[in-house]
Amino acid sequence: MDILQLLVGGIANGCIYGLLALGFVLIYKASEAVNFAQGDMMMLGAFLGVTFINTSYADLPFLVGITLAALILGLFGYLLDRFVLRAIFGQPQFAMVILTIALGFLIRFVAGVIWGHDPTSLETPFIGRVWTLGELMIPVVDAVIIITTVALTSILYFFFARTRLGVAMQASSQNQMAAYYMGIPVKRINAIVWALSGVVAAIAGVMFAAKGAVEPSVGLLFGIKAFAAAVIGGLGSLPGALLGGLLVGIVEPFAGRYLPSGVGQIAPYVLMLLVLILRPGGLFAQISQKKV
Amino acid sequence: MSNRFKSRYDDDINLFEGRWHLAQYAILMALLLAAPWLLGTYYLGELTAVLVWSLAGLGLMLISGHTGQVSLGHAAFMAIGAFTNLALMLRGWHFLPALLASAVTSGVIGAIISRPILRMSGIYLAIATLALSIIIEDVAIMAEPITGGVAGVFAPPIALFGMEIDRYATPEAFYYLCLAVLVLVTLGYLNLLRSASGRSFLAVRDSEVSARALGVNVARAKTLSFSLSCAITGLAGALYAHLAQAVNYESFLVLISITLLLQIVIGGLGSVHGAFFGAIVVVLLPQLIAIASDYLDNTAGIQIAAYPGLDTALFALLILLMVIYEPRGLYGVWFKVRTWLQLFPLYRKGMFRRTRTYLKTERQR
Repeated sequence: MDILQLLVGGIANGCIYGLLALGFVLIYKASEAVNFAQGDMMMLGAFLGVTFINTSYADLPFLVGITLAALILGLFGYLLDRFVLRAIFGQPQFAMVILTIALGFLIRFVAGVIWGHDPTSLETPFIGRVWTLGELMIPVVDAVIIITTVALTSILYFFFARTRLGVAMQASSQNQMAAYYMGIPVKRINAIVWALSGVVAAIAGVMFAAKGAVEPSVGLLFGIKAFAAAVIGGLGSLPGALLGGLLVGIVEPFAGRYLPSGVGQIAPYVLMLLVLILRPGGLFAQISQKKV
Repeated sequence: MSNRFKSRYDDDINLFEGRWHLAQYAILMALLLAAPWLLGTYYLGELTAVLVWSLAGLGLMLISGHTGQVSLGHAAFMAIGAFTNLALMLRGWHFLPALLASAVTSGVIGAIISRPILRMSGIYLAIATLALSIIIEDVAIMAEPITGGVAGVFAPPIALFGMEIDRYATPEAFYYLCLAVLVLVTLGYLNLLRSASGRSFLAVRDSEVSARALGVNVARAKTLSFSLSCAITGLAGALYAHLAQAVNYESFLVLISITLLLQIVIGGLGSVHGAFFGAIVVVLLPQLIAIASDYLDNTAGIQIAAYPGLDTALFALLILLMVIYEPRGLYGVWFKVRTWLQLFPLYRKGMFRRTRTYLKTERQR
């Protein structure tokens, strides 16, 4: 029973990692850029959720609040691409890594100025409510997180596999110039995908704040862990991101419980290094050998 | 600028392009040697910090700037160097062998790690090294006999050539020590870059496929570069430990790794100057902000100190502007200014216009 209980908590945590990893994969899939500020965008989403939903702030209903947060962060993502990231359009991946790391620092500072540095939690309608299955206790929050994640992953998966826009996004990431020749508006596509990843980050952020406390510096390490999850799954694969997130989420509590202290925190990274050493492209590898 | 007429093959690879070039560096060296008389104790300490971070930046520049493998985990090797040095000195070793040992240890560990890690490239390598940095943080807490656990270790005073060198008691001696190490490493670095190995690093950076086609052993070049890079960073870590006087796991957080990478980017990736420029910015920017905030507080009554983390934010903003407007960093700025001066009045506006590029997938390699 103990193991099952750990498993449920791990899966719920893993879903949040998975949600955040989805944001990484989205941007990577559509523009082959890696957004190192994704964790900080999630933190921003969490704070927006807190601002709209908590009684001490705007006191809106949960669903209205989460929608507003997602819309605002989506707009933020769009404007970010339109006015900052487009300046380095077409430059190597590395430039984007540096740029987003710097953006993350800036977002963290601004959030600290606006919301302060005290940990804040989200007040959800299902706070403290628990379903019991025999001896197993499932917090409603965890159930909501798991359902949301699975739903969002499947929607995005079909979006990329089936819709014109999704396929255009994949094309523009594989070869920008060829995508241009095929009549794909690559710049607009990039802006759309950044908006989309903003929406996903907001949802991840609200879920994060519903389960734990949020403060400005939370984004960095959480973002790195989620990125590790995305890499475990094979950067560029949506189901892979979810699987990687789940693996990270499950490994963490088990390593913390059964292995010597201190190992629990680094277990996700050790797992990632092992996966990368054995399969350099991750579990669902997207890398192929270049033909010369 | 007069075009120099090259009459020997050596002219292409000489360290100094001519007398004037040599004289410039001689003047810089003389100024650095005279620094203890020119600066107060506090600013001498800051200059020493610039030297140490330059050394760390040089280490990272070798693998990231000159071999093209982005590492986001070099604070880990600073940590290895620092803890090796202190642990050996506390067990009775002399400073110089301990310093060498810290370079060798980080170099060997780097070489061991590099084989599996350098099979990855691009973003995978970045995250793998980032993970390494995070893991080392926790290892530094767990390996208590060596690292002193959470409390960390204090640096013993250095006894060298019959002198007692201590950062606070004899700041000049410590400054000269750092300067000597840095100058030796820089000369070695420049020599490496003009050797066959150094050229193979550059070839690997520019295109792995064509380097392999030209007979470069890519795996060997990467391993050598990574290992040397780790060794240099380990040296920097050891000096940093003596500069800070006490180190624990918090001295080498993953943020330091990230800052180190940002430092060489702001200085200019792929140029030796860049490591130095970047270190100057990283060390002196907080000072500048402190001075500016004092000034604003006294004159306009604006209190910047109310916003913690402002220096990091300004640093990030600088990086942001740099990546967008000047991808070659401060070295690029310096290069343009130099060209403008040399060509005066013939400089044309479009001389450094960037060509339009399109991103191609890195999923095929």
